[in-house]
Amino acid sequence: MHLKYESQLREPLVSGNKNYRQVTEDIVRPIEAKPTRLWYIGFFIAVALLLFGVYSVYREVTYGIGEWNLNKTVGWGWDITNFVWWVGIGHAGTLISAILLLFRQGWRTGVNRAAEAMTIFAVMCAGQFPIFHMGRVWMAFFVLPYPNTRGPLWVNFNSPLLWDVFAISTYFTVSLLFWYSGLIPDFATVRDRAFTKLRKRLYGLASFGWTGSTKHWQRHESLSLVLAGLSTPLVLSVHTIVSFDFATSVIPGWHTTIFPPYFVAGAIFSGFAMVQTLMIIVRKVFAMEDYVTLGHIEAMNKVIVLTGSIVGIAYLTELFMGWYSQNKYEGYTFWYSRAYLFSPYGWSYWGMMACNVLSPQIFWSRKMRRNVFVTFFMSIIVNIGMWFERFVIIVTSLYRDYLPSSWSVYYSPTIWEMGFYAGTFGLFFTCFFLFAKYFPVIAIAEIKYVLKTTGDGYKDQMSAIEAQPLEAFVKEQTHHH
Amino acid sequence: MAKKKFVVGCFEDEAVLFPAVKKVRAAGYKIHDVYTPFAVHGLDHAMGLRETSLHTAGFIYGITGTTTALSAISWIFTKDWPLNIGGKPHFALPAWIPIMFELTVLFAAVGMVLTFCYLCQLAPGVKKHHFHPRATDDLFVMAIECTDTTNTDDLQAFLQSNGAIELSVQVAEEGWWFGRYDNENVPFQNKEIVAA
Repeated sequence: MHLKYESQLREPLVSGNKNYRQVTEDIVRPIEAKPTRLWYIGFFIAVALLLFGVYSVYREVTYGIGEWNLNKTVGWGWDITNFVWWVGIGHAGTLISAILLLFRQGWRTGVNRAAEAMTIFAVMCAGQFPIFHMGRVWMAFFVLPYPNTRGPLWVNFNSPLLWDVFAISTYFTVSLLFWYSGLIPDFATVRDRAFTKLRKRLYGLASFGWTGSTKHWQRHESLSLVLAGLSTPLVLSVHTIVSFDFATSVIPGWHTTIFPPYFVAGAIFSGFAMVQTLMIIVRKVFAMEDYVTLGHIEAMNKVIVLTGSIVGIAYLTELFMGWYSQNKYEGYTFWYSRAYLFSPYGWSYWGMMACNVLSPQIFWSRKMRRNVFVTFFMSIIVNIGMWFERFVIIVTSLYRDYLPSSWSVYYSPTIWEMGFYAGTFGLFFTCFFLFAKYFPVIAIAEIKYVLKTTGDGYKDQMSAIEAQPLEAFVKEQTHHH
Repeated sequence: MAKKKFVVGCFEDEAVLFPAVKKVRAAGYKIHDVYTPFAVHGLDHAMGLRETSLHTAGFIYGITGTTTALSAISWIFTKDWPLNIGGKPHFALPAWIPIMFELTVLFAAVGMVLTFCYLCQLAPGVKKHHFHPRATDDLFVMAIECTDTTNTDDLQAFLQSNGAIELSVQVAEEGWWFGRYDNENVPFQNKEIVAA
């Protein structure tokens, strides 16, 4: 049939010489088995965190955002830091599923489903922060443009904060549609193997009556490709617009033109780190080492070292511009508030540098890229670093503004502000635990699609071809046509 | 909706399926559909299906989104409520590009998914006849529509000689209905009409 040459240098994407039936069995197994004790423990910790978050938000809604130690000078604190952090994490899913699809990166199939789920949950968490930061959250619908009885008084379409409303809600909707349209065939697989009535009924509902018809697959392929094409600029636009929230202001440290690419690179960086954290747990707990191989982990580590270095260059460029512009406000922000270790928040800047720029450099070593423990540890370090980055950008620029009389005393969060952040972790992991238990965590149909051309069996056939002399290979191929 | 008779052949390998599809078509049989566990590239061409126009629909939805954003914002900011923002122009096109872009993507994505579901008749609660439960697992299931003159035994033998590993003759509803997958009942009963 169609001979696709695959180099021996590339590792198989699915190891263990599987056939289609085994792929289904392996991926559906966690859905059909009873949850383990570990799953219950994790799930209840997540729900407990979520409840603490709900109580923290209740405090904030009742008493106002002063409950978060925010003041006139530091008007954005942990809340917006957490918002940008979660949105950034939410970038890897669409990047993996869309951009890597367009670039024909076969390894995306092992991790795309979980990464997209992570994206959706992360964006859900991110959305909480600006909404509750409004203070009067019951008026949150004021951000929507609709003919109203207040004039009609419209929203300001020229404001980056409104662009954010559109960007994030579009991003959430499109990611959800992309994710769910990919899930439909896999839900049908679960439905057709279900042996309990309830499971058959629920997955029957979720699979929308999918049969696997060739015409439907043809349309499904077209849909995935166009959604990927749409999501690619979308994912870049989202963090670009988030960076506009800062870059279009006149605050020293925010007012810079490199923000869009710098934010997008940072978002990919932290998103991939979060995918690593989750996938290393998932492959271990569900025994999916054959689908999420060391090759997958290595590929993601390469992205991490690349984007981490881009972010590093952005930091250095900012420092350079802080000096080169000879603007005393920029200079003060970059060289005192941030880079001077003994300034009030100097620790956060150097924490950021250590976590984001220095430590990922160990991934230049192939041995480190393929080490699961190092990767897991580094994935957490990177996300701590990326949290510091947003904290540095927001707080160190705000706490000492143009007017020394309004400089704030040392801003530190309250327990309720931290509780809100913890609560979003609860929301994220509650969703992720439910996803891991009830959804196929790896795209079954897509794995089957790449199985023949990248699995172990195909590689064996290729080695037979490689052993042939060139003349014999040419003769055989011309004979076929 | 009418019920039809189908001869169903199941294949284990797509490499066997492709020649079989060609031979079945060459022999003049009408392939109702081939059900596969994943998207088999080139199968649509082998079956003689035309290209889908879903992406064209997506493009139309997309430009609808762009136009919606541009016309809505320009009407609001120049006619309905011209807000003076620092003396800047009311028609501030560059500042509207982000929202225009987002609505383009939003309309295209939502429109395409809805069109996809409509064309494929997919919705929660929709039920269709499944010729083989393993069609979503590891079998490639070819359903051939029978006419009055089709000899089902011959056709089955023909499929078997082309590599089908499992064969059956099924009378099935070819459309969709609302139903539940945990209930095995088929909604349209084959009531015999007895002439008086």
